[in-house]
Amino acid sequence: MTEFIHMFSYHFMQRALIVGVLVSLCAALLGVSLVLKRYSMIGDGLSHVGFGALAIASALGFAPLAFTVPVVVVAAILLLRLSRSSRVHGDAAIAIISSSALAIGVITVSLTTGMNTEVSSYMFGSILSLSRSDAILSVVLSLAVLVLFILFYPRIFAVTFDETFSRATGTKTELYNTLLAVLTAVTVVLGMRMMGALLISSLIIFPALSAMRVCKSFKAVVLCSAAISVMCFLVGITASYFLETPTGASIVVADLCAFALFALIGRR
Amino acid sequence: MAILTCEELSFSYEGKTVLHDVNFHVDEGDYLCIVGENGSGKSTLIKGLLGLKAPDSGRIIHSDGLCANMIGYLPQQTEMQRDFPASVREVVLSGCLNSMGRRFRYSAADRERAEMNMERMGIEDLADESYQALSGGQQQRVLLARALCATKKLLLLDEPVTGLDPKASAEMYNIIKLINLCDDISVIMVSHDIHEAVRYATKILHLGHSQLFFGTAAEYRESAQARRFLGGNRI
Repeated sequence: MTEFIHMFSYHFMQRALIVGVLVSLCAALLGVSLVLKRYSMIGDGLSHVGFGALAIASALGFAPLAFTVPVVVVAAILLLRLSRSSRVHGDAAIAIISSSALAIGVITVSLTTGMNTEVSSYMFGSILSLSRSDAILSVVLSLAVLVLFILFYPRIFAVTFDETFSRATGTKTELYNTLLAVLTAVTVVLGMRMMGALLISSLIIFPALSAMRVCKSFKAVVLCSAAISVMCFLVGITASYFLETPTGASIVVADLCAFALFALIGRR
Repeated sequence: MAILTCEELSFSYEGKTVLHDVNFHVDEGDYLCIVGENGSGKSTLIKGLLGLKAPDSGRIIHSDGLCANMIGYLPQQTEMQRDFPASVREVVLSGCLNSMGRRFRYSAADRERAEMNMERMGIEDLADESYQALSGGQQQRVLLARALCATKKLLLLDEPVTGLDPKASAEMYNIIKLINLCDDISVIMVSHDIHEAVRYATKILHLGHSQLFFGTAAEYRESAQARRFLGGNRI
């Protein structure tokens, strides 16, 4: 017990916990829609764009989050547009953008700082990378994501369940798809500092998939997914503190265990 | 009075014209059935009427204050919807979205409308069931209840009885006719089943890449198109 109290006495742990819980919530809520709309890979694609942007930001000495968030938001809107055009297929569009961004990021890194621990923390995440100002910005942005998601919940449901129907009956589906993409972009950037560019997409996909094994209504899936996400984050970060394993990877493994558990329950 | 008029409509996919010279109108209270073989452009026309596909030429004129948020639509089911985690109530309620305006929550009136339409479709007992676990006929009723929540003037149905057994199909046709008569909602339906179409509809639009026939159901029975379509058998 004293060790738990000890764990929370570190400032970086307090920051990581607050930001982590909020980002896990955002990721889980958006994840349900993204998985059901078959947009799972967007999270992955955006995280690579985020890596490229972070590399450039640190090379040029910009504030990492303030630079990366707008870049990834633009990339998200672009991805959505590309995946709609009939000329390039959605998954191909994501592959093109994400690998290009990763390539640019790697070149930027090798020309400037080289492969140091900071770069490795972009790849695999680190709870130490959150500065105080980053943490404040993360809290504000993730609260904004949560509020927007809750306000637009009926519309997000309708657009996710049946976009054609919504559009035919007078709902501005383009607007809500864009909203979804922007919220996802913000969440990905916030989450990737801690989870790492390579692991952030699991934060979006896993909780939704686990919840879908057992829950039968959309609301239940959303709520269950949020609960799973926060639980797995807490378990993961605690494990990483005590076992000295990487945070992002520990959270993903916790999510994997939860998925296995829910898959078992769902089969019965 | 015409609520929807189409003039010289034509549609194409990637430069290939699939439907041309379509001229018809829908009056208030009409029950129009669009018939024709597979690939004759029926679903394309529905997409055009819903504003999901822009016509190459021609005009679709909405009159009498008809706009998209007064139209209900029953789409052909897609595979994706079938494994979607959603309760029946959630699906039906989402039909009320187009009357929400700037509000963020469904009002008590919206919820009441959803309950009422579930009752009409005889699915009120299924309200908390999972949509994906229902039979094809029940799912179709759910989607029709959703369409009723969305409609105020016009209901478009794309092959509403596909995949239903004869009993469920007959019930579906009866429900649609009731909605048309009792609620004074105009109906446009795409159908494969020409016999049922002629029995229930007031007007028929026969397509085969262009407009082959447009007129009342009674006129259609006597027409050469109907005879050819049915292989010589009179209806």
